[in-house]
Amino acid sequence: MFLRRTIAAGVIMAILIGAVLTKLVQLQVVRHDYYVDLSQGNRVRVEPVPPNRGLILDRNGVVLAENLPAYQLELTREQVPDVDATLQVLVGLKLVEADDIDRLKRLIRSRPLFEAVPIRLQLTDEEVARFAVRRYDIPGVDIRTRLTRHYPYGALGVHALGYVSAISEQDLAKIDASQYAGTTLIGKVGVEASYEEELHGSPGFRQVLVNAQGRPVESDNPLQRDLQAKTAVSGNDLILSIDIRAQRAAEEALAGRRGAVIAIDPANGDVIAFVSLPGFDPNAFARGLSRSDYAALETDIDRPLFNRVLRGAYPPGSTIKPVMALAALDYNAVDPNQVRYCRGFFTLPGSSRRYRDWKPAGHGWVNMQEAIAQSCDTYFYAVAQTLGIDRLSAFLTKFGLGQRTGIDIEGEKPGLVPTREWKLKTFRDAERNWFPGDTVILGIGQGYMLATPLQLAHVASIIASHGSTFQPRLVTAVRNAHTGVVTRAPTHASTPVDPDQPERWKRVVDAMVAVMSSAHGTARATAVGSTYQIAGKTGTAQVFSVGQNEKYNEKEVEERMRDHALFISFAPADAPRIAVAVLVENGGHGASVAAPVARKVMDAYLLPDTPPKPETPKS
Amino acid sequence: MIYDDLQPSTARRTLTASARLLGKLRLDGPLLLAICATAVFGLVILYSASGENLALTRGQLLRMVLGLVMLVLLAQVRPKYLRMSAPWIYALGIVLLVIVAVIGDIGKGAQRWLDLGVLRFQPSEIMKLAVPMACAWLLHERPLPPNFTVVLVLGLLVLFPVGLIAEQPDLGTALLIAASGVLVVLLAGLRVRVIIAIMALLPALAWVGWGMLHDYQRRRVLTFLTPESDPLGAGYHIIQSQIALGSGGVFGKGWMNGSQAQLEFLPERSTDFIFAVAGEEFGLIGLLLLLGLYLFIIGRGTYLAMQCQDTFSRLVAGSISLTFFVYVFVNAGMVSGLLPVVGVPLPLVSYGGTSMVTLMAGFGILMSLHSHRKLVGS
Repeated sequence: MFLRRTIAAGVIMAILIGAVLTKLVQLQVVRHDYYVDLSQGNRVRVEPVPPNRGLILDRNGVVLAENLPAYQLELTREQVPDVDATLQVLVGLKLVEADDIDRLKRLIRSRPLFEAVPIRLQLTDEEVARFAVRRYDIPGVDIRTRLTRHYPYGALGVHALGYVSAISEQDLAKIDASQYAGTTLIGKVGVEASYEEELHGSPGFRQVLVNAQGRPVESDNPLQRDLQAKTAVSGNDLILSIDIRAQRAAEEALAGRRGAVIAIDPANGDVIAFVSLPGFDPNAFARGLSRSDYAALETDIDRPLFNRVLRGAYPPGSTIKPVMALAALDYNAVDPNQVRYCRGFFTLPGSSRRYRDWKPAGHGWVNMQEAIAQSCDTYFYAVAQTLGIDRLSAFLTKFGLGQRTGIDIEGEKPGLVPTREWKLKTFRDAERNWFPGDTVILGIGQGYMLATPLQLAHVASIIASHGSTFQPRLVTAVRNAHTGVVTRAPTHASTPVDPDQPERWKRVVDAMVAVMSSAHGTARATAVGSTYQIAGKTGTAQVFSVGQNEKYNEKEVEERMRDHALFISFAPADAPRIAVAVLVENGGHGASVAAPVARKVMDAYLLPDTPPKPETPKS
Repeated sequence: MIYDDLQPSTARRTLTASARLLGKLRLDGPLLLAICATAVFGLVILYSASGENLALTRGQLLRMVLGLVMLVLLAQVRPKYLRMSAPWIYALGIVLLVIVAVIGDIGKGAQRWLDLGVLRFQPSEIMKLAVPMACAWLLHERPLPPNFTVVLVLGLLVLFPVGLIAEQPDLGTALLIAASGVLVVLLAGLRVRVIIAIMALLPALAWVGWGMLHDYQRRRVLTFLTPESDPLGAGYHIIQSQIALGSGGVFGKGWMNGSQAQLEFLPERSTDFIFAVAGEEFGLIGLLLLLGLYLFIIGRGTYLAMQCQDTFSRLVAGSISLTFFVYVFVNAGMVSGLLPVVGVPLPLVSYGGTSMVTLMAGFGILMSLHSHRKLVGS
């Protein structure tokens, strides 16, 4: 039995070894000449063919990010005799900065031996000429034409679009390197980063014959017929909900200030405009920033790289009052028709501390609608005190405050809705307790509460749609670059707020309309001459301290201690198509500074206009 | 003239003396000679493949000597003790594998090594010998061919450690251990209908398993099976090693003259892909010599296995010899592009790892099993 098995094993082994020998004979005898050619002098290099990155378009098809050809300097390590010496030569030719050598060496080492590593993006014609003269002294370094990212409108919408820039070592750790063979740029923030997978596509390759220096040789070589190739699959195009007209109107209206504007379609969460100023030119990143250029952007006191829409957390100020009113109605804590007397300040029972109204003389007798329209503080101090912190924070949370809205780009901050537990965890000793005074000032959006401009627009959108909560989104559809088939992204709705209480919503919306149109409405100046009805709420948030990272400057400190101006709004009030939140850092009053910005965005979006023309972009 | 026959020559005397010594040490001369010849050839190749790295080559030599010591020591152990300890060694190996897996889980990364402070080793190396021994132990003194229940237990005995090792992930070693266990079962004999049943089940199982995979896992399997579809990743190895082999031709480019190897086009040239260096520098002739040595070792080992008298010895000896073949075949097949790239070293030649010591230990066991047989009633 054992003998028979052993003989069988012997036969199988003979067959298998026969297969190996056949393969070896085929390689070493039959195709010997072919492989000798490959190994000596002529070598086959596998050259990756990078995919075309998907385009980014606005809702009307205007191109916001495209690809243009550019010259790029690349180094292939397996063909460079001495990387250090080669880099030194390039420094001598002023093609590489001496400061960048260490970074480049690390980058070169981190990629495979046979891969061409881009060491300079977007060379000028003069630089190309300088290289061409010395080209034959520098084996393994070559200029190649590659598609590079271009943003025709420059800084317009940069905080939504994001930008691409050279793949860093950190990026390499996160991505599948073979998918990025031959690719130079990768999305870093915004849509470009969050939709990297859609935009990138997948690379192809082709085998090229190269001589010992690594340069491609003529195509009539007999080895040519054995070469293989595979075409790259382009990335998908993204269609954004952004409307470039509204976007531009917002940026122009806010120009020269620091702040944020965000407009959302209340019917589906589509982001119509997404502005954080100051911005920066994303083309500079695609071109490759030198170390000092980047440092300048990073240390700029106005923080151009900071995405205020997503990451700026501000006290919402009086813009929170409509939500407070809804909370009072929801818990049946206040009769909206009952008038209360405002004498210019509010005191807690048994305390003499005065919580002041912004109008020292007081608003006199006001009901809920008048309190919102005139932004009476004492009315809402009382509302907050009646409701108490636990009910307040629970209700604020229903509006998506204190949590990320879930917008489809990364980096969002959750803001803060304070609770007893939060204070207990955050502070020490006596400070840990929740005081009645903390609740009182929460009534006018001051104190511990923080919200991002995006959250404020989200709140406005919830009020506009009478409780529907859609996750804000920038990308509404994906277009296949090869087939042209457009796939629409689904909207994401979470639990609606009080959907069966239309009269409560109407009451608050009416009050917000009164802000814009009643005789004492705080933003009545803004609505003058508009053909549609606007609902809005102004806000002014106190700045308690200058940020720690900001440098002091006598004149600027004064400017930077000024209040933040806020405004939330939507229009048309009866059938809202756009909800807008505006924040102007140190802008002063919401009514005079922030509200006009919102009006301009609404005009640009709502008023009949000539169809969007792909205007000549500045190059 | 007549006295010449009575006065043996010096050479003959030496031969007789060494035969006696080998006999005393319970070693098999021809097998030992072939192993040493292969290992020395391996050192020569390694010196070139490592870029004339003397320190590295010396390290390999040290490992060889250590392996030979293991071989001689294990050859002295009586088969009875080997058999009795088999289940315990197996259990110890499993415990160590589980420990490694748990530490790996905590460390969130591939974990094969067990660090004992003074010494680090891979528990999977133990299993290379423990699995066939445990299988043979189970089959010892049982009617052959084994019945279905025993085959089922054997299957679990093999699959459990193989699964743990494949999870590490070390597919090459898992494959070798699976082969060593399966070979024991096959040598013990299976009823034809069991073999047919298993053959019939395999495609069905593969089909079900394929259905359970995620899309990205399927893609990974496909790339694994056809590396040519990924010339920027795994396919690069194969393209370069084929160029090395092919350009070597019949006679090779000469020692330390392989351009593919010396210019670092060939990846893993001193470990998994050293076969390509041999082929480039020594040509088809050199590879035939190397494969001839391997086949001699396998043939001699199988011959010794057949001479063993009890089931345990035969199965273990047979499995050790045939697993050695699997090593050679999988490595040569992978380097020449016949098989997908699996990390299996070329036995006795590839640099590093504890695999050299394990291989030698295996041959030590093989020699013990053969030399301790009772020479009665043959």
